[in-house]
Amino acid sequence: MAEITLRINGSAETLDVQPQVSLLDALREHLGLTGTKKGCDQGACGACTVLADGERINSCLALAMQYEGREITTIEGLDHPLQEAFVRADGLQCGYCTSGQICSAVGMLAEHKEGAPSAATEDLEAAEEELSDEEIRERMSGNLCRCGAYNGIVSAIKEVA
Amino acid sequence: MRSFSYVSAPDVESALTAIASEGAKFLGGGTNLVDLMRERIEQPETIVDISRLPLTEIEELPDGGVRIGALVRNSHLAAHRVIRVRYPVLAQAILHGASAQLRNMATVGGNLLQRTRCLYFYDEAAPCNKRVPGSGCGALGGFARNTAILGTSEHCVATHPSDMAVALTLLDATIEVESSRGTRRIPIADFHCLPGETPDVETVLAADELITAVELPPVPVARNSRYRKVRDRASYAFALVSVAAALEVEDGVVRTVRLALGGVGTKPWRAREAERVLTGTPATADSFRQAADAELAAAVTLPDNAFKTGLAQRTIVATLRQLTEGSPA
Repeated sequence: MAEITLRINGSAETLDVQPQVSLLDALREHLGLTGTKKGCDQGACGACTVLADGERINSCLALAMQYEGREITTIEGLDHPLQEAFVRADGLQCGYCTSGQICSAVGMLAEHKEGAPSAATEDLEAAEEELSDEEIRERMSGNLCRCGAYNGIVSAIKEVA
Repeated sequence: MRSFSYVSAPDVESALTAIASEGAKFLGGGTNLVDLMRERIEQPETIVDISRLPLTEIEELPDGGVRIGALVRNSHLAAHRVIRVRYPVLAQAILHGASAQLRNMATVGGNLLQRTRCLYFYDEAAPCNKRVPGSGCGALGGFARNTAILGTSEHCVATHPSDMAVALTLLDATIEVESSRGTRRIPIADFHCLPGETPDVETVLAADELITAVELPPVPVARNSRYRKVRDRASYAFALVSVAAALEVEDGVVRTVRLALGGVGTKPWRAREAERVLTGTPATADSFRQAADAELAAAVTLPDNAFKTGLAQRTIVATLRQLTEGSPA
């Protein structure tokens, strides 16, 4: 066991963890922040998406110790227009993937604002690509929704973008 | 996951010291290694966390090349202005791999060391010469739709999974490696090994060597380059076939061509035979098809993956046709 300090949603949290504890398990099991969900636990579904220094990551593949000193934001720490937009646009059915979808979309909008391209971007030299439905779908492809609420998710993101 | 001890290395020197302990392994972005540890395929005694090492710069070199620190995140490399303009094939290859979350975590050095996603490598109950040398190959005679057709052996048919490495192979990148014995520079063509009789040996990297940088030489033809990937769903899946290509056409004739393939090889596959056949010929679909066939003549297929030969041929032709349209006449 080792004592580490994680910065979660703006506050410092000290906890004792084994090296094999993932950031996801540290959030859910050690800190009681169960908004972040465990889906596949192997980086394939995106349900565990959180922001590290504003960038979206899969917390299931992150060792908690590796993220000491980084600023972690979970769904509990977000106050973003996307949250209301997901409700208005029916961007969910069962809701299990929603925390990850919203954290991912927040990170995605920031990436797009900084001019980061995607696999759907035809002209890599262009300064800015419009956030079309195709761009949103490609950029959000790391978040699966087994209920199939994708149309609502795209609408919600478009509303806020 | 088996328990292990954790060391965070503040600099390269301490990383090289820590890796000397028995059963130690470097941890970069963790997107592959943490998963493999959870599956008990990797069971390190000690994890040497190198994610805080100052190897995160992308520098333009005086000769027109680019030096990329080994810990540059995949997403940062793909978004870099110089890469997008001079080496679009590299930006596209990275953007066609994994998801945005994984690209934000994964490092350039780690991407080169990705393990195969062959189903039998992951299945502890199945034989696999990569996971347990000498145990046999479950894919031969098993479900082999995703396996390789080039560079295979009777001991292993697993594909190399990386998209980025296919583009780096096209660009003749050099991999810089450090250990207590000093620095060495390895051309990417020599970095990954064919499976042969030892599929468990995947690269020429020694256990105590650390990748510190990847260097791209100046490649003028790469300004007209692209990466095309064919997979079972529109995004976020490994390649069935992928093609990295760079092309210069002058007066309707192929002056310079580079071609590399993913999803079909046991290592990132440079298609030198196709390049040789195509150079100096008219830039037509017929020439492209002949060049593809010349490369794929060496393919050894299984019933499940025989479709990859035709798919690779058509994807090569389609990619070169796209580049012909983009090549200045």
